[in-house]
Amino acid sequence: MIIMENVHFAYDGLYTALRGVSLQIDDGESVAIMGTNGAGKTTLVKHLNGLLRPITGRVILDGVDTKHYSVAELAREIGLVMQNPDHQLFLDTVEKEIVFGLKQLGFSNEEIQERYDRTVSTLGLDGLCGRSPFALSGGERKRVALACVLATEPRILALDEPTIGQDANQKEKLAEMLRDLNNRGRTVVVVTHDLEFVIENFPRTIAMADGTIIADGPTNSVLSHSEVIHRCSLTAPQLTKAAQSLHELFPEIQARLTLLTDLEQEIVKVLGGA
Amino acid sequence: MPLIELKDFSFKYYGADNLALKKIDLTIEEGEYVVITGPSGCGKTTLCRTINALVPQFHRGYIAGNVIIDGLNTREHNVAEYASIAGMVFQQPENQLVTLNVEKEIAFGPENLGVEPKEVRRRVEELIDLLELEHLREKHPHEMSGGEQQRVAIAATLALKPKILVADEPTSNLDPKSAESILKIISSLNKRDLTVILVEHRLDLVSKDATRILLMDEGKIVADGIPREILANDLCQQIGVGVPKATLIYKRLLQRGIDLGTIPLTGEELAELVKGVSVN
Repeated sequence: MIIMENVHFAYDGLYTALRGVSLQIDDGESVAIMGTNGAGKTTLVKHLNGLLRPITGRVILDGVDTKHYSVAELAREIGLVMQNPDHQLFLDTVEKEIVFGLKQLGFSNEEIQERYDRTVSTLGLDGLCGRSPFALSGGERKRVALACVLATEPRILALDEPTIGQDANQKEKLAEMLRDLNNRGRTVVVVTHDLEFVIENFPRTIAMADGTIIADGPTNSVLSHSEVIHRCSLTAPQLTKAAQSLHELFPEIQARLTLLTDLEQEIVKVLGGA
Repeated sequence: MPLIELKDFSFKYYGADNLALKKIDLTIEEGEYVVITGPSGCGKTTLCRTINALVPQFHRGYIAGNVIIDGLNTREHNVAEYASIAGMVFQQPENQLVTLNVEKEIAFGPENLGVEPKEVRRRVEELIDLLELEHLREKHPHEMSGGEQQRVAIAATLALKPKILVADEPTSNLDPKSAESILKIISSLNKRDLTVILVEHRLDLVSKDATRILLMDEGKIVADGIPREILANDLCQQIGVGVPKATLIYKRLLQRGIDLGTIPLTGEELAELVKGVSVN
């Protein structure tokens, strides 16, 4: 379990990024963090594995203040995938990159091979393993960075903008992989601007603005709040816009967040089709 | 003469096993707004790099065929010669900003090309105005949000007066509102005669502005046409392109015998079509 207690942070002591953040994330939860550029989302997740330390306030992992742990110790529990893969990749082949973390964590050769194969195939990296990560496309580099962390299956996964540069299929595969890890008890925390990805995959959403948490709760209710949408610089997804407009003529169609199949069903109903 | 012309062009990066581009034939005329989309790794970024000669002049590899940009063959001219023909904007604006404030950033390109100081000053003011950067004039790029940084990067690119703007996923690190405002700017620049080539996965954001979509897969252009036709094509879903949800609903309704008549690209368009059908 992670608890943050009134955490404040400022870069260089000058640029304030967090102004009193408190939250609790239980084991096995799946949480999305949303907010404008500069709201403090990335700063928040960097506090989870100790890359950044609070100026005041505490970050508590399983009852112990993380100031007692080094980043290396925290890395065994919490895997962080950074927003920019180039900040994370450093070896000359994709294979070495993915195997590196597994070796550091002391897995057996068999286990390393097994996890490597599984991750490579799920994230569609077959055929790229001998190449330098820096010769790959942006979307591919992002998947390599994800693979390095996902292969280690840490107890807590923190992913900063994991869907950047990913096409629809890759996004769906990533969602499946996160669901699978979550079903096996892993805690998943993602930072993202991708509203549809959140609605479809994350039951809880934390909304941030100006270094504070402005809403925290079930995704459907947090993201139905117009002030949250506004302060997080979100725009309503296409289907919500369609539902809002249709609601004016058909009161039975609710003006709210909606999944594709639900809206389809409602349209069929109002048009009197099968 | 088309502004951009690729003739039977293939390219393989040194050290790579496969061709990044396979026998591409493509012409783009002045004033078009072309969105390039396709699965991750399909060659979108490589295609962008051919337009200002980064491929093959900077990114080396094996080439076949020719790329002619504004009459210049990229085999024969270096990247600097394309600086005022094709400007590039990338995914991470921070990778592209090099100076300490907005004015210097915008002036950097033209100063390096030896443009008269008076003219440089004029362009700086014009772009600060056009991209609404007045309040950021004295700010350090690191003190700006991602959306602000990207506006500065676009201004710095336009300061070279390019005929073509090539933007490779320029909004993927931005929150939805900032993304929308960047795309609005790009669309208005296109209406002022700038030819735009934009790489994007989130077609729900860009299809309404684009005049044309190129769908790529495994180094080839597999479909090329106006947005409504391309997005209704089953090929999109087969290769994993994110079709706008409004378009998907249109297709699913069609399968159930309900024809909305026109292919919608946005939620509003979908709602209007449904209202129209219900009245009849």
